Amino acid sequence: MAAPTATRTATLEIQGLRKSFGSVEALRGVDFDVRDGEVMALVGDNGAGKSTLIKCVAGIYSIDSGEILFDGKKVSIHGPKDAAKLGIEVVYQDLALCDNLDVVQNMYLGREEHDPLYRLREAPMEQRTTETLKSLAVTTIRSVRQPVATLSGGQRQSVAVARAVMWNNRVVFLDEPTAALGVAQTRQVLDLVKRLAEQGIAVVLVSHNLIDVFEVATRITVLRLGRNVGVYERDKTSEQEIVQAITSGTPAAEASP
Amino acid sequence: MSSAAPAEVQAAAVDGSLASIARGRWDALKGGDVGFLPVLVGIIAITVFFTAKTNIFFTAVNFSNLIGQMAGTTVIAIGIVFVLLIGEIDLSVGYVSGIASVVVAEFQVAGSSHDYPGLVAIGLAVGVGAAIGLVQGSIIAFLGVPSFVVTLAGLLVAQGMIINLLGTQGVIGIQDKQVNDVANYVLTKNTGWIVAAVFTGGLAIATLGAYLSRRRAGLPTGNVALAVLRVVFYGGLAFGAVAVCNHYRGVPLVGLILLFIVVLFSYLAGRTIFGRHVYAVGGNAEAARRAGINVKLIRILCFVISGSCAAMGGVIFASRLNSVDLTFGGGTILLDAISAAVIGGVSLFGGRGKVVGALFGGLIIGMISNGTDLVGSADWIKYVTTGLILLAAVTLDTVARRRQAAAGR
Repeated sequence: MAAPTATRTATLEIQGLRKSFGSVEALRGVDFDVRDGEVMALVGDNGAGKSTLIKCVAGIYSIDSGEILFDGKKVSIHGPKDAAKLGIEVVYQDLALCDNLDVVQNMYLGREEHDPLYRLREAPMEQRTTETLKSLAVTTIRSVRQPVATLSGGQRQSVAVARAVMWNNRVVFLDEPTAALGVAQTRQVLDLVKRLAEQGIAVVLVSHNLIDVFEVATRITVLRLGRNVGVYERDKTSEQEIVQAITSGTPAAEASP
Repeated sequence: MSSAAPAEVQAAAVDGSLASIARGRWDALKGGDVGFLPVLVGIIAITVFFTAKTNIFFTAVNFSNLIGQMAGTTVIAIGIVFVLLIGEIDLSVGYVSGIASVVVAEFQVAGSSHDYPGLVAIGLAVGVGAAIGLVQGSIIAFLGVPSFVVTLAGLLVAQGMIINLLGTQGVIGIQDKQVNDVANYVLTKNTGWIVAAVFTGGLAIATLGAYLSRRRAGLPTGNVALAVLRVVFYGGLAFGAVAVCNHYRGVPLVGLILLFIVVLFSYLAGRTIFGRHVYAVGGNAEAARRAGINVKLIRILCFVISGSCAAMGGVIFASRLNSVDLTFGGGTILLDAISAAVIGGVSLFGGRGKVVGALFGGLIIGMISNGTDLVGSADWIKYVTTGLILLAAVTLDTVARRRQAAAGR
């Protein structure tokens, strides 16, 4: 990826996104943007709409109203394939891995390489999986042919993140990547997050853990009850301010530049 | 119970030495992945038991008979494998096979307005089975009605249709040579040898191809001796089976059909994108959906396969008896087919198992049925034995699943 570290136009920009489930308004006009080579943290309390936002961008949910811009151009996302085509990849909290399949099979899930007769081409898939894991310094997985069910939590997270990276994606969403991990494994994953941004990818980190957020994020977007509270520069804010924004919803005008 | 999906090289078999492969298998075994070990032990135990009981069991004549007896059920079980792999069930296969039997018989009745050549009648029967699968699969995939209920309804409807179609006569005789040949034609002895040679050659070429493509990609190639041994083992089985059959009249055509269907669907499940997506849907349907896999389409296609296989099984049953009557589709067909798949290591929870397991499971069920008949035991012994083996297989699967879950995370 030879993308510039920070471009003027946002790689992905969302304007006035609305989404309701029956009478429940999950998103009430949310704005959001992320640029190449930065880690944008997306924080908010339970029910703030973080997961809904991700699923709208990933094409899992259809949006009620609002606009999604990619590289400044308006796009419409009607399904996971549209999102994948744009280069938007989501690593879900529950990882979305198939336990019964091995590492290679999971990395290529839904995008298997095949010949004209739809036969799987196992060797190139295995080769590229091995290379990708190596480039991300994921060294603890013994064999890429072992079922994912046999991996530890950190290894599973690494596989899920590596899958997002392998496809030369422009924007990668990480939903609570460290929630279920121990100290050493959290370390691994945070290093992985930094490496993604260094490769020029626009990374969106969704997390409850502000220590993690302040370690890797460049900017922080705070949501509360389906609305924007504000966007904060990591270097110009404090954990206290973010906590206050999350819990009481400080007006956006005071904090955002 | 069986290994996860088509990944044959498991766990620690990284450096390719026999010792490390053995260690990897042992680790997998401890982790609850028992592979085909219990099935092979079962086949050997049943063989030894009945051979000791009667000297007719272990003969060329009986082996040829066994192939004919197990073929129909095994073909139906292969369809069941696909439905089980996506974590669903198809209870309609018994009577769908009965419908196919009636259809194939009806469309060859000499002198009627629909007296078609045998192969056309067979095609129509399989088409009807596929159509039933399409309808049931669509209801399950689009409306989300549980497959248990949809196919239970399908079972009843199909049973009713058989009674309706056979009507007052209650029986249709089959005179068509092509239809009757399916289960009764015997290959010449030389053709038998050619089949064994083609099978072994094909396996060798496939194994060599996989080896070369891995080496070209600079990947670990596994143990060469073990790969050769595998080809020799399966090739030996093929030649051995032909030798035994040729000792009597020759290889039954239905045996070749069975082999062809096993190879075809093994290939579909293990080597194609469709097969990979079937395993993915069975392992984690939500993950598959998010990865852009058309989960509904995969579900429907699995029920189409199940319906088609049931129909092929029905054609074999009809051909075997040269007629169709009101008992077709009933009896133990459904439960035998599901048992065969489960005994062959296909998980009821979805995502784990192989097509070839249906062949092994069908063999076990066929051997018990055949053996108890030869020994002259009462029917209750057959049912109790099959029931206990089925229970053992499902228990093994459940325990294996728990241990695998405990091994990870």
